[in-house]
Amino acid sequence: MINFVLLISRQGKVRLTKWYSPYTQKERTKVIRELSGLILTRGPKLCNFVEWRGYKVVYRRYASLYFCMCIDADDNELEVLEIIHHFVEILDRYFGSVCELDLIFNFHKAYYILDEILIAGELQESSKKNVARLIAAQAC
Amino acid sequence: MDLAINPFSSGTRLRDMIRAIRACKTAAEERAVVRRECAAIRAAISEGDQDYRHRNMAKLMFIHMLGYPTHFGQMECLKLIAAAGFPEKRIGYLGLMLLLDERQEVLMLVTNSLKQDLNHSNQFIVGLGLCALGNICSAEMVRDLAPEVERLLQNRDPNTKKKATLCSIRIVRKVPDLAENFMSAAASLLKEKHHGVLISAVQLCMELCKASHEALEYLRKNCLEGLVRILRDVSNSSYAPEYDIGGITDPFLHIRVLKLMRILGQGDADCSEYINDILAQVSTKTESNKNAGNAILYECVETIMGIEATSGLRVLAINILGRFLSNRDNNIRYVALNMLMKAIAVDTQAVQRHRATILECVKDADVSIRKRALELVYLLVNDTNVKPLTKELVDYLEVSDQEFKEDLTAKICSIVEKFSLDKLWYLDQMLRVLSLAGNYVKDDVWHALIVLMSNASELQGYSVRSLYKALQASGEQESLVRVAVWCIGEYGEMLVNNLSMLDMEEPITVTESDAVDAVEAVLQRYSADVTTRAMCLVSLLKLSSRFPPTSERIKDIVAQNKGNTVLELQQRSIEFSSIIQRHQSIKSSLLEQMPVLDEANYLVKRAASIQAAVSFVNSAPAATSGGPLKLPNGVAKPPAAPLADLLDLSSDDAPVTTSAPTTAPNDFLQDLLGIGLTDSSPIGGAPSTSTDILMDLLSIGSSPIQNGTPTSNFSLPAIETKPVPVTPQVVDLLDGLSSSTSLPDENAAYPTITAFQSATLRITFSFKKQPGKPQETTINASFTNLATTTFTDFVFQAAVPKFIQLRLDPASSSTLPASGNGSVTQSLSVTNNQHGQKPLAMRIRMSYKVNGEVRLEQGQISNFPAGL
Repeated sequence: MINFVLLISRQGKVRLTKWYSPYTQKERTKVIRELSGLILTRGPKLCNFVEWRGYKVVYRRYASLYFCMCIDADDNELEVLEIIHHFVEILDRYFGSVCELDLIFNFHKAYYILDEILIAGELQESSKKNVARLIAAQAC
Repeated sequence: MDLAINPFSSGTRLRDMIRAIRACKTAAEERAVVRRECAAIRAAISEGDQDYRHRNMAKLMFIHMLGYPTHFGQMECLKLIAAAGFPEKRIGYLGLMLLLDERQEVLMLVTNSLKQDLNHSNQFIVGLGLCALGNICSAEMVRDLAPEVERLLQNRDPNTKKKATLCSIRIVRKVPDLAENFMSAAASLLKEKHHGVLISAVQLCMELCKASHEALEYLRKNCLEGLVRILRDVSNSSYAPEYDIGGITDPFLHIRVLKLMRILGQGDADCSEYINDILAQVSTKTESNKNAGNAILYECVETIMGIEATSGLRVLAINILGRFLSNRDNNIRYVALNMLMKAIAVDTQAVQRHRATILECVKDADVSIRKRALELVYLLVNDTNVKPLTKELVDYLEVSDQEFKEDLTAKICSIVEKFSLDKLWYLDQMLRVLSLAGNYVKDDVWHALIVLMSNASELQGYSVRSLYKALQASGEQESLVRVAVWCIGEYGEMLVNNLSMLDMEEPITVTESDAVDAVEAVLQRYSADVTTRAMCLVSLLKLSSRFPPTSERIKDIVAQNKGNTVLELQQRSIEFSSIIQRHQSIKSSLLEQMPVLDEANYLVKRAASIQAAVSFVNSAPAATSGGPLKLPNGVAKPPAAPLADLLDLSSDDAPVTTSAPTTAPNDFLQDLLGIGLTDSSPIGGAPSTSTDILMDLLSIGSSPIQNGTPTSNFSLPAIETKPVPVTPQVVDLLDGLSSSTSLPDENAAYPTITAFQSATLRITFSFKKQPGKPQETTINASFTNLATTTFTDFVFQAAVPKFIQLRLDPASSSTLPASGNGSVTQSLSVTNNQHGQKPLAMRIRMSYKVNGEVRLEQGQISNFPAGL
């Protein structure tokens, strides 16, 4: 399962966090700090997977944002890369050429969209069209 | 920032607040803005302001994301959830999921609202409830609400169904006992057409299998056919724009079904056989030019490795992995290396074929890949390929970067040790590793190396010569330096005389002076640490014995450290100077070659990692007691007791204690006798108690410090000649010690012994016993002056342990003519009260004048013939 989703900017600012495993507020801050340090310093040519505390963190950089998803050790990393891309494409479709600023000012909408893609750390819908339709229907 | 905030409304719009916060230049400004907004929100909440609740909650969430505390908003979430309107509910649930986590008590209060929402007529509201439940519910809530969710699994709206299914996953995770309730529902869900529902359903099935074995069996029996059909349909389906990713229809569905197949097929031959074909089809058909395709292939390989696959299928899988390995994409290679580690368990041969590529990956630029590759290589090493593999790894060690060196070194060392085919090869590899990365080599590794060298006598010459060369080349690698210094000390003659050369070696010319130079250079190097320097001192001491001409020079070098601020070094240098100067007689026996270190013993000890502290020097790194310690006094093994008993210093006898000058040489002597040293108190502490020690020694006293820890028991050269139940280890130790003390020749009567010999004086004892009085012995002592000047006022004193009585008769003269032109005799009479049980032992002290100067010499005699 996906334990949490993290969106961090290049400067280390948190744009979105979603936790599917129990982490207290303090633990969350710590995790964010650790992972920021780990991921933001990686070079561009390196692979998109880091091993961290026994979990794997899959990340991908889109413009100025890093999309990170922490998965269990036995999950399929390549698939999670696809899930990240799935999410980004849906955001793009919704906002029309999404950029970081969109996600800052409309963070609640970004959350609604994420809630249509993942529940309980698992994938919910593989059709981008369906997700878009649902979001529109709820007039967000 | 001057925003006019109307205290009666919640003021700013969300985006204005965000803009305001982003415009802040300092943290203090930001805090001020946030504080203002929080105050407004708090006011609005307490007044129950209806109009802007939605906006306020959104603001609160933003503030939360910045990291500020927002507990006051939690109850507001609850109220919003309980509101009637959809937007309020929505933001309320979002707030709930963001501001709370499942461990908080407040969560329980939502249960009732959730129940109502799950029964709502509006599907979207039901969806909200399911989403919230699925993301953060606690175990208690689960128990309350599980029946609702079960019911919703049958709902006609696919959107609701899929959410309910995912929610059930969380339920089963939180309360695995409920798994059976969902079994049949899950199985029937697999017959759906909607992809979202299918994905969720497959996921639920996986979760059920993990939670309950019964569910696993059930699903295995009922769902396999359906799964194969799903996979086949989606794999064969034509272009479906809605689900297409990278040219493949719904790769997510592919992957999940494959994963479920793996769980069902694990350990079950029938199941595995059934899915064989579809696996083969998907593996061969899927294109691998895009990430989606590769993700599917990856899952295929995982599945094939996980079930009881046919060999054909396995070969297919390994081939895919091979392709992955040579892919330029780092992600793919990483994934391949990961898979290969699991594949090794299944088919080692096939993985071996890819060894070359894997070795390449060890040198990759990406650290994640390097780590994986190194682990994989480690697993791949076997007897046949260990030499080339090690060579590659060591070559790479030369160029690898610092963080990686440590891992690499550790792995190489453990490979080399595990597979050390022949000693020469092991030696060579270790030498290379030490030269390249000695600073990263762990202590027990180079200890093991020394143990090996000590055991491999034919390789000692080669080792010392190679180490000498290496020392010249890579002097900054600490471990290398230490090993080299030790070797030069031990096997110095081999170095200089090119002894026991191996065939492929070229002779090198190293003079005695060169050898000393090398060690001296290390000693004086700024960067050498205490342990290394200590080892150098010992080594120099050994060389002074092996290469007598260099003795003077070595004495000077050692003497330089007499004033060293590090206690350890100071002590050693003083003691060693003393040995070199004064105790020529015992020096060479002291410094004989170390006995062969018992390898098996060492390994056992090392495994148990005994930190047997070595006696009076503690700077030694965790050396086991069998370790090659830098002490001339050899191995500290036997406990103090037996030795002490030997001398039986607990006996209560009288004699002579002249005031003991507490100079180092005295302490040193005591050390030799192994009395009174605890290892934690360095000798520095000893001087204060040295008078006591001296007392003990010479006579009375409490039993010597039985501290149970091994004290340096270099002791008594002649112990071996005694048929005394000495601890055998001590005998071992002293095996190497030939006697500078002359062994008595077979003589029925008690042979004459040289009781004491120094550069200036020799004393011989001859014995006579009265028949019928076995305990009494008359000793005739004869003193000879070996120096070129006459001794005057010669006084001889002796002390014996408690159980012996001593009587000294007056000497024949108190002047000793020079150069042995006559001798003085004196008669002693000893009575051994424990005759037959304990042997004689005696301490002696001589004082005399030379040209008006007073000289003192003292010694211990323990080479009394047996039976006295």
